[in-house]
Amino acid sequence: MQAWHFTEMPYPDLPPLDTLSTMRVSIPSKLYDPKIGAELYNRYLDEHMLADELGLNMLLNEHHQTATCINTCAPLSAAILARQTSKGRICILGNPVANRADPIRIAEEMAMIDCISRGRLDVGFVRGVPYEIFAANTNPTQTVERLWEGIDLVSKAWTTTDGPFNFEGKFTHKRAINLWPRPYQTPHPAIWITGSSDLENIKRAASRGFVFATFLQPHEKVKWMFDGYRSAYRDTGLPGGGGTAYMPLVYTADSDEEAEKGARALTWYLDAKSEPQYRNPPGYVPVEYNVQALKGTFTGRTDAMRKQSIEYLRDQGVIIYGKPDDVAKQIKRLYDLVGGFDHLLMMGQAGHLNHEMTKRSMTLFAKEVYPQVKDLARTRPLQAQAAE
Amino acid sequence: MSVAERTASIVNVHGIDIDVEIRGSGSPILLIPSEEGLEAQLPVIDELAKTHKVVIAFPPGFGRSARPDWMTNPDDLAYAMLDLADQLGLESPALVGFSFGGWVAAEMAVKNASSFSKLVLVDAVGVKIGGPFDVDIQDLWVQHPAKVAAFKWADPEKAKRDYSGCTDEELSIVARNVESFARFGWEPYMHNPKLKHRLHRVCIPTHVIWGEKDGVVTHKYGRAYAGLIPGATFEMIANAGHYPQLEQPEAFAKALTTFLG
Repeated sequence: MQAWHFTEMPYPDLPPLDTLSTMRVSIPSKLYDPKIGAELYNRYLDEHMLADELGLNMLLNEHHQTATCINTCAPLSAAILARQTSKGRICILGNPVANRADPIRIAEEMAMIDCISRGRLDVGFVRGVPYEIFAANTNPTQTVERLWEGIDLVSKAWTTTDGPFNFEGKFTHKRAINLWPRPYQTPHPAIWITGSSDLENIKRAASRGFVFATFLQPHEKVKWMFDGYRSAYRDTGLPGGGGTAYMPLVYTADSDEEAEKGARALTWYLDAKSEPQYRNPPGYVPVEYNVQALKGTFTGRTDAMRKQSIEYLRDQGVIIYGKPDDVAKQIKRLYDLVGGFDHLLMMGQAGHLNHEMTKRSMTLFAKEVYPQVKDLARTRPLQAQAAE
Repeated sequence: MSVAERTASIVNVHGIDIDVEIRGSGSPILLIPSEEGLEAQLPVIDELAKTHKVVIAFPPGFGRSARPDWMTNPDDLAYAMLDLADQLGLESPALVGFSFGGWVAAEMAVKNASSFSKLVLVDAVGVKIGGPFDVDIQDLWVQHPAKVAAFKWADPEKAKRDYSGCTDEELSIVARNVESFARFGWEPYMHNPKLKHRLHRVCIPTHVIWGEKDGVVTHKYGRAYAGLIPGATFEMIANAGHYPQLEQPEAFAKALTTFLG
């Protein structure tokens, strides 16, 4: 099992949350102090460099117009880490290809970072969460199609090495596509994709050998998704070879008290507020879900999690915290409950969790927990023979 | 209920299923509902059906009409609705469109005005009047639902809906109307930059009816819209927002029937 350090790079120094109607999309930028922001950027990058020293991998993402994440251009952070670190893998999870105007620009950025890092890059693609629709102004009824068209185009651009080709798709039209540089890894870096409910999407990812990642979900739901993935698994021989990834909040400490303190600080992420119109833009989810919404029975994943106690979240594997041996036990339990997984994506920093506490947890995890879980077997197909 | 004959059906128009309801007989009126899709329930329809053949047609993606994947803007919808009018053999119908349906009607009229006798636009969207920083059409998707209700209705209580008695099929239509409204109006937001340069082609008597308190597209926008159509007349309905036909049905009925005759 591979372990990854992750922070959304939050800007938590906000007025009391009950005085804000939203932390996303329309939160005024006068609430952002560039001097505090500068400290935060450098601190979060330092924590990734520490992860690298400790033998952990580095996971990055991006969001826009939100205090929950000031990493607005993940390729920039990845490029910095490509140069400033030397061992760990770097994964962007992911490039919002459905929300970016030009997939070829993404292909170029990733190829360049892959070369600078000498092949340490994994490339995720995401459809983008609902509130991202507004900053990107993507038609919310077409993001799934845009996602897959973009992935197809980027893959083709990476792997076409004998001169230019034209592309006339539904969303992108380009001529004389001829990528310089091409990626360091051949045929291209491992591709990751995220999901939370669309089983067809998950199977599609599996059949192409993409790593499938999901975040902060109850373990039964995670098992359902991973089983769906495994049922369609074919290892296509790409670097990384596909697999499954799960992200809980993780805090490792010297004592139970410290662990709970850290875990509670991490739940800041679950309490992030946004106005109702940002949570379910029209057409983002299928009509069937919106029929449920009209009946008042569908409120979204994060809402469901937000209302739960920390004990419930721990039981579900959404938060993992404790002394090193307890954390290892919880990871193994989760591993068994969901049928195994390959990548533990640890949100090890969120909200007001400070640098010292973040470092302590990362260090304890790397030295005392990771050795206990590192050798857990990787994802296997549900039906091994059928997949051979 | 109505004295007029009433037929609701799905008409296949060049491979696209279109949801059509026909009432009454006489000189035809082709009516394109708003995104709310509630116009078929208006008393004025039955009144008109005493002397007219009223055809209520839902553009692709609305009501029970199919939405082919290749359709991305109201231009596509306009062609489908022109095909429908041809297929139904409507002879010089009057064309009436509400809000988003008004945009579709305007797109139809600029393509083939000579096939219609009259045009009525009710709080229609579809044109951009001001510059890039001007809010001509309030953004209905990025603002809080309470604000949106205040933009849409003179009395925001009217925004409230009780879905408790609805079947899943009825709710699916509501949900898909919302989705299709976004599919076709997302970007450029609720307008076709080219439409205002084409409206001079509308060479038929045109009446523009507007809710006095419309906060989505104000009466100033309505007057400017009317000003782009040669000879168009403009009329305001008091104490009504973006949907005067729903908020002041009697005053609206008078305005509509007076013009249509």
